[in-house]
Amino acid sequence: MYEIRLHSRGGQGGVTAAKLMALAAFRDGKYATAAPYYGAERRGAPVVSFIRIDEKPIRIYSQIHYPDLVVVLDTTIMDVVNVLEGLKPGGTVFLNSSEPVHIDGYTTYHVDLTGIALRTSLIVAGNPILNTPVIGALAKMGLFSVASAQAAIDEMFTDTKNRNAALLAFEELKI
Amino acid sequence: MLKISTGNNAVAAAVRQARPAVIAAYPITPQTEIVEQLANFVTEGSLDAKYIPVESEHSAMAACIGASITGIRTFTATSSHGLLYMNEMVNWAAGARLPIVMANVNRALGPGWNVWAEHTDSLQARDTGWLQVYVSTVQEAYDAILMAFRIAEDKRVYLPVMVNLDGFTLSHITQQLFESDVGDFIPPLHLDHRITPDEPKGYGCMTAAHDYFRIRYDIERSMRDSYAVIEETEAAFAEKFGRTYGYTDEYRCDDADVLVISLGTLGKEAEVAIDLLREEGIKAGSMRIRWFRPFPVLDIRDRDLVIIDRDYSFGCGGILADTIKAKTKKDCFSVIAGIGGQEVTYHDIAGFVRNRRIGEELWFGVDA
Amino acid sequence: MYRTFMSDLPETEYILKCTSACAGCSTSLILRHVLSAAGPDTVLVVPACCTSVIQGIYPNTAFRVPVYNVAFAAAAAVASGMSAAFEAMGKKTNVIAYAGDGGTVDIGIQALSGALERGTNFLYICYDNEAYGNTGMQRSGSTPLGAKTTTTPGGKMDAKKDLDRIVAAHNIPYMATACSAYPKDLIKKVKKALAIKGPTFLHILAPCPPGWRYPTEKTIEIGKLAVKTGVWALYEREYDTVTISGPTKAAIAKPVPIEDYIGAQGRFKGISPDTVKAIRLDAERNIRRLTREAEGSC
Repeated sequence: MYEIRLHSRGGQGGVTAAKLMALAAFRDGKYATAAPYYGAERRGAPVVSFIRIDEKPIRIYSQIHYPDLVVVLDTTIMDVVNVLEGLKPGGTVFLNSSEPVHIDGYTTYHVDLTGIALRTSLIVAGNPILNTPVIGALAKMGLFSVASAQAAIDEMFTDTKNRNAALLAFEELKI
Repeated sequence: MLKISTGNNAVAAAVRQARPAVIAAYPITPQTEIVEQLANFVTEGSLDAKYIPVESEHSAMAACIGASITGIRTFTATSSHGLLYMNEMVNWAAGARLPIVMANVNRALGPGWNVWAEHTDSLQARDTGWLQVYVSTVQEAYDAILMAFRIAEDKRVYLPVMVNLDGFTLSHITQQLFESDVGDFIPPLHLDHRITPDEPKGYGCMTAAHDYFRIRYDIERSMRDSYAVIEETEAAFAEKFGRTYGYTDEYRCDDADVLVISLGTLGKEAEVAIDLLREEGIKAGSMRIRWFRPFPVLDIRDRDLVIIDRDYSFGCGGILADTIKAKTKKDCFSVIAGIGGQEVTYHDIAGFVRNRRIGEELWFGVDA
Repeated sequence: MYRTFMSDLPETEYILKCTSACAGCSTSLILRHVLSAAGPDTVLVVPACCTSVIQGIYPNTAFRVPVYNVAFAAAAAVASGMSAAFEAMGKKTNVIAYAGDGGTVDIGIQALSGALERGTNFLYICYDNEAYGNTGMQRSGSTPLGAKTTTTPGGKMDAKKDLDRIVAAHNIPYMATACSAYPKDLIKKVKKALAIKGPTFLHILAPCPPGWRYPTEKTIEIGKLAVKTGVWALYEREYDTVTISGPTKAAIAKPVPIEDYIGAQGRFKGISPDTVKAIRLDAERNIRRLTREAEGSC
C-alpha cells in the first residue's frame, strides 16, 4: 500500500486533489481511497487529506501516520503544521514551490503550481487552483500513469485549462 | 457503471435509483451532501421528485409521514441532533407502519459540539420500531439503500428502515462504487392502508388500553417477520447484482478463538487487526454486525468476545455489548472506543484482543 | 454623507484574535460591535450557527464574555430560562441570544415566538447571512428570491420570509434592523435595546463572502449596497412607532439601482430580469410601508 498525506488550506482545492489522485489510481486499475480530515469548514484553515493506493481493497479508515509521500500545496502551512511528521525514512516530499527545497533524509520534488495556475488563468474566486496541476506533477513522479491522470482530470473538469495546467506541471517537474 | 464516490454521494445515487416521489430535506453536518446532491438531481431533472426544504428535522420526518401515508415512496436523511430532534416523529413513523427509508450519518451528541463518528445517535433509536442496518463501505451504503426500500415496503414488514453510515469516516471518504441500475429490483409500492377519500378512515385516533397493546404487538410481529424478508431480499440482490451481505460480515471467524464484534467502519479496520494477530499466532476473527434491528442470532459458539462499542448508555454500558450479553448469556470484554470520532486504528484493535479481560469494560484512552 | 470614524468606536475588544472566521466575515464583525456595546456583564446564548464554530475549539474560547452553546432550535427558550433566573437572583446581566437566520427563521421560530409573546427580558439578535452558513450554505427561509444555494442550485423560488413583520406582530417594546457595514448605527441600537426591559430584537444583515460569492475584501461594500439600493432597510420600531435610520433616509432620497447590489454577487448569477424586478418591487413596497408607518399614516 502507498500512503500519501496532502496538506493544503481550505479553498485551495486540496480535497478535490485527493479525489483526483484516487480517481487516477483507480483508472490505473488499482484500489484507492481519499479521505479529508476536517476541522470546521473555514476558508484558509489548514486541511489534511489522506490518500491510499493499493493493489487490493483497502480496509483501513484511520488516519495515515506514516506516509510514504507528503504533498504540500501551500508551504506557509509549514509554519504552523509539522508536515513531515511520521514521514517514512527515505520518503518523498512534494512542494508547491518556485524554488527547490532540500530536506535532509527525504527526496523532494517541487513545481511552482501557483505560478502555473496564474499563468493559465486557472483561478476561482480569486484563488489559484492547484489540484489539477498537482496531478500532472504526481504523474511525472510515477504515482499513476499519464493517461489515467488525464482521464481523471477530464472526468472531473470540463474546462481544458485544467488539463493544460497539469501538462505544464508534468513538464516542469525535474526528477 | 464503475466509478468513485463518497458515502454520501452513493446514498444520493441509490435514492435516485429508487425514485421516491417526495424528499424532505434539512441540512446537518455530516449528512448535508446527501440532500444537496438530491437537490441537484431534482433541479437538473434526473430525479422526478418533490423536494421539500423543511424548516427542521421534526418537520422532515413529519413531512415524510404525511407523504408516505398517501402511498408514495419517500426519503430523508439526518444525523445526530437532527435524529434526536425528530425522535417523536421517528417513533410515530414506525407506529404508523410507514415504509420510510432514512439515511442517518452517525455523529456524536453535544454539548461539546462534535461532528465526528459515534453510534449513540441511532442506537438511542433502537426502541422505536425502525429496522436498522450499519454499513461499512461506499458500495454497501449504495446497496443497503436499494434493499431498504424493498424491505420496508414488503407487506410483511411495513416498517421504516434506517441505514447508518459513520460520519466523515464513511460519509466523506472516496472509494469505488459500482452504480448498479436498479431495474425492477424494487417493486412498485402498494400501501394497503394508504389514505384516500374513497375509503374514509380515522388514522391514529384515540385508542383505549384494551386495544392499544394489540396494535403494538403487531409491530413486533412484523419485526419478527422481517428476518425472512431481509434474507429473501439479500438473496435476490446477490442473484441480480452479484454482491452478498447478510446479518453479519464475518472475516476469518470459522476457526477463531476470539471474535472482535463491532458496527460500521471499525468492523473493516478490525479485519486488518485480525490479519496482524493471525501472524502472531492469535486465532482472531472479525464479526461486523450489519442488522441491529431486528437483532440477529449470532454464531458466537465458545469464543472469547471483544465487543467494541462506539456508543454508550450511561449507567449501564456499551449498547452493543449489553445487547449481545443479554442475547447470548455470555460475558465479554467490552471496549468503549471511537467516541466522538476518537481515532481507533487496527493496531489499537489488535491491542484490545491481546490484552482482553473478559468480564471487564475498557474506556479506550481513559482506562489503562 | 454617513460615515463612521474609528475614534467613534469603543476601544475595548471582546473578540480575541485568531478566531475560526472566514476572511471577510460579517458575523464576527457584528459580534465585535455588539459586545463592545453590551459590555462585560453579558452572557451570550448561541445555538448551532457560524458563531458556534467561530468561537473556537475546546479548550479555548475567542470571546471575552461567557458563551452558552445550545441546541439549534433552542436559543430563545434557553435565553428565556436564563433571563428569568438572573431576574430571580436580582442580577442585571445582559442575556443576548445570538443566532443565525436558520436558527431564527426556520428551526428557531417557535422558541422565538414564545419568548417574545411571554415578554421575556432579553435581546435576541439574528445575524442574517441568508443561508445555513455553518453547514456550507444551504437555503434557509431567509434566503432571498433567486439566490443560488447548495440546495437551490437553480435559484430559490420562494421569497425571503419577512422575519421583521413576524416579530412586529408580537408588539414588543423595541426591534430594529442593522447591517455590519454601519457599525455606529449598530452599536447605538444595541445600547438602546439593552437599556429596555422586556423583549428586544435586532435583525442584522451579515454579507458572507463564501455564501454570497464575492471577494472577501468587499464585505463592507456589499453591506452598503444592500442599504443604498433599499434591499435592506435600516429602521427602528418601538411598539408600533417606526423611525427610519439615517442611511436608509439617504437611500430613499438618492436610490442606487438594485442591479449594482445583485450583480456584485455570484449567488445571483443567471437570475432572470423578472426575478430582479420582483425583488426590486418588494424592496420598494417595504420602504413605502415603513415610510407610511414612520409618518404615522398607517
